[in-house]
Amino acid sequence: MHSFGYRANALFTFSVTALAFICAIASLSDNFSDQNPSAEIQILNINRFKKQSYENDEVSLTLDITADLQSLFTWNTKQVFAFVAAEYETPKNSLNQVSLWDAIIPDKEHAKFRIQTSNKYRFIDQGHNLRGKEFNLTLHWHVMPKTGKMFADKIVMPGYSLPDAYK
Amino acid sequence: MGWIGETVDSIKSIKIRQLLTQAVTLGMIVTSALIIWKAMMCVTGTESPVVVVLSGSMEPGFQRGDILLLRMTKDPIRTGEIVVFKIDGRDIPIVHRVIEVHERKTTGKVDVLTKGDNNDVDDIDLYADGQMWLHRHHIMGRAVGFLPYVGWVTIIMTEKPIIKYILIGAMGLLVITSKD
Repeated sequence: MHSFGYRANALFTFSVTALAFICAIASLSDNFSDQNPSAEIQILNINRFKKQSYENDEVSLTLDITADLQSLFTWNTKQVFAFVAAEYETPKNSLNQVSLWDAIIPDKEHAKFRIQTSNKYRFIDQGHNLRGKEFNLTLHWHVMPKTGKMFADKIVMPGYSLPDAYK
Repeated sequence: MGWIGETVDSIKSIKIRQLLTQAVTLGMIVTSALIIWKAMMCVTGTESPVVVVLSGSMEPGFQRGDILLLRMTKDPIRTGEIVVFKIDGRDIPIVHRVIEVHERKTTGKVDVLTKGDNNDVDDIDLYADGQMWLHRHHIMGRAVGFLPYVGWVTIIMTEKPIIKYILIGAMGLLVITSKD
């Protein structure tokens, strides 16, 4: 009953159980944090708007993104992944979501920011439906914890539109 | 001389009973582990409720050796979700984020494009030749939770199979030599 094997086994089992318990508590504590992030996006410029040679529209635009995601950070947060996506509908597709820009926010200090950037990823439609198209810009965030459950949510900003003619 | 024979026999029979008990106990442990695994598959709705992160393409969020807890529901696939998918003809599951979704009005089918957070380009080059999008049937689950470092055990056992044999051998030895 007191051999090395039994003691090692008991110690191992106990430490694994204790670690699992601590991870669960850490993850649960995230549910109690009060979160109120805010964001605002302006389109500064439509740089290019054309039809690619094989029939798909492509847009390049410059965005001005202001956001305050500081309230998302808890002691159990490893990083927040934020991205901006354009959402719109076309005759063939009930929903299109195209990610335009993303960033990894490693800590609270970097979570309040304003940047002006052209879209990091190409905004290409399946077809040529984008002339005069109205779309939403959504800022999504994905909270990645040090351990446990991941949270994601978004702010939807409607009311943006593309020009009626190619540029 | 008769009672020596009897003693030997009784010793032999005790050993057999002990051996059988230990075999049954071992069988029970293995079977309960299997039951727990299958139950997790039912609850989470995916074939593999747990995956180990194998590459650095999602750093710094997920490092090699972390474990991801997965769940698959009938909810539509949307951008920002971290999904685990398999390319046709390849065995290794890949964990990346969805960056583009196009959902058909009539059929509800989706075209999905993914990208690893730490990669510069999207996953088009990873897909099969000529494939431009992922579809729902490629996706095995969404990542909902995360445990750091625990997956290193699996990585070590896969990359250095010697360790796997040593561990199993040691466990077997422990079972056989335990006195109760």
